[in-house]
Amino acid sequence: MSQEKFGKTGINPNRKLRKVVGASVYILFLLSTCVGIVGLAILIFDVLDKGIPWLNWQFITDYPSRKPEEAGLFSALMGTIWLMFMTALFTVPIGVSAAIYLEEYAPKNLLTRIIEINVSNLAGVPSIVYGLLGMSIFVYQFGSDEMFLDRVLIAGALTLSLLVLPIVILASRESIRAVPDSYRQGAYAMGADKWQVIKGVVLPSAFPGILTGTILAMSRAIGEAAPVIAITALVYITYIPKHPFERFTVLPIQIFNWVARPQDDFRSLAAAGIIVLLVMLLTMNAIAVVLRNKYQSRSEE
Amino acid sequence: MRNNTKKVSVLTVAIVVTMFWVLVACGSDQKEQTAGGVSVTSELTGTIEVDGSSTVYPISEAVAEEFNKLYPKVRVNVGVSGTGGGFKRFTVGETDISGASRLIRNPKETSKAEANGVTYDELRLGTDGLSVLVNLDNDFVDCLTVEELNAIWMPESTINNWSQVRTGFPDQKMRLYGPDSDSGTFDYFTEEVNDEVQASRSDYTASADDNVLVQGIAGDKGSLGYFGYAYYQENKDKLKLLAVDSGSGCVQPNLQTIPSGEYSPLSRPLFIYVNEKSYQRPEVKTFVDFYMDKGPDLTNEVGYVASQDAVYADNRDRLKK
Repeated sequence: MSQEKFGKTGINPNRKLRKVVGASVYILFLLSTCVGIVGLAILIFDVLDKGIPWLNWQFITDYPSRKPEEAGLFSALMGTIWLMFMTALFTVPIGVSAAIYLEEYAPKNLLTRIIEINVSNLAGVPSIVYGLLGMSIFVYQFGSDEMFLDRVLIAGALTLSLLVLPIVILASRESIRAVPDSYRQGAYAMGADKWQVIKGVVLPSAFPGILTGTILAMSRAIGEAAPVIAITALVYITYIPKHPFERFTVLPIQIFNWVARPQDDFRSLAAAGIIVLLVMLLTMNAIAVVLRNKYQSRSEE
Repeated sequence: MRNNTKKVSVLTVAIVVTMFWVLVACGSDQKEQTAGGVSVTSELTGTIEVDGSSTVYPISEAVAEEFNKLYPKVRVNVGVSGTGGGFKRFTVGETDISGASRLIRNPKETSKAEANGVTYDELRLGTDGLSVLVNLDNDFVDCLTVEELNAIWMPESTINNWSQVRTGFPDQKMRLYGPDSDSGTFDYFTEEVNDEVQASRSDYTASADDNVLVQGIAGDKGSLGYFGYAYYQENKDKLKLLAVDSGSGCVQPNLQTIPSGEYSPLSRPLFIYVNEKSYQRPEVKTFVDFYMDKGPDLTNEVGYVASQDAVYADNRDRLKK
């Protein structure tokens, strides 16, 4: 039909019309991009506007208080840092091992395929589901009333590990797959066995990619409130955990708690808390970007 | 080259990890110093688990904060699981103290406590007045009867215009705002107004965050909503408070009518429940005694109305037994 109308090329010979269409499509796409950016800008402006006046050293180093001017988020900040490192401690060895198995050892059969599909699907499960799972497995003994670990740091870290494990596995697999096969063949040609090849060639090449994926997974973990609320059920704490079997609270929970207060000042405190969380997230993402760039420039050499 | 990059990456990780531990170490040092500096009066140690009603939470938090100034080595964990959620943990002996905006009366709760050998003392703290609110620009209503509230909020209610509530009210679309069904406030309101816990029409704007309700009512001319008196006190300039008539005239909730019970039926009691076995631990005993000393002031400070001194004296008697 259009070919009949516009001849062999199918292009409308009216150049002006084509230009108009071209320009409007450009504007449409530009506007679509802007929706996201404008939304983010408004959000950040609002948070900075409310939160900056409340940001000071005392806010970082004080414990929560019912008086807004004395309140701080020290216990939540420390809880978040603890939780992040413990989650990394559990996630990295398991996630990387699983990725190595799936990429280097696993036979290409139905079972492997099922595992692969499940890992991808798990990455999309809502986080509260992990929270409830973690509560019934780690806090209580498989749903009974008996305590297993209690509502402590290690239970939170194990739960968040379940949450981010699929992300770490997927990222690690990507970077292991990106190691050129010629590296492996070269190592085999030198007489190395499989484990030596993985240890000496594959992992060092994939390391920056794995690290990047892990950092991004950790930044997802520290932003989560829902699963941690299921584990801790706790908002007011005035100490820093000294070992993994102590109670804890985290930044998103503290922010959530402040937002729900009747006094306006607490909502400004929540904004200040959001700034602290954002700075942490952006720092981690920046580290990830720097590492990725280093990695890319090296591969091109 | 590759070796170099690897070294840098490993170094980065090492630095981050070191920073973490330094931070944690410094942090705990610093805290102990400030805590140990000024007002330590005791070497009392231990951990106290408090959980329960979100309405009672601000009181317990305030008490815990003041308590920690005197006894910095005692750890008081205050959680918010709701009255029912708190009792769930309390009746298996998981918590020492549970806040409640209703009595422990559910047979499931009392029998569970019995089965687990949990005995407790019930301590009355004060009263919260559920407040009924409309938009500031609403000039035709100052008082609603309980029957009218029931007609508006009962399940399957079809009222969506103020003219349907009372003859004489203008033709003004009505929109409703209230707490969601997880809230103790919702439980109490539905039981008192609709005669059955959790029985309510569901086509209203529900939120667990009372601030959302404040904003909804303040921005909507035909609005009607309800929530705790503390939130009204913080937003007096944005909302219009209604009086409620339960048959003996219109009564506005305020600091006199709420504790006297005159503002009825929407005044609800606030309690803490203390596990008797826990109370024998010195840190819990000190904390609860402190709670009873500071309770009246702090209850008022966070926006509720504290019970009379006689009630607190009665509380102390119960604990002594």
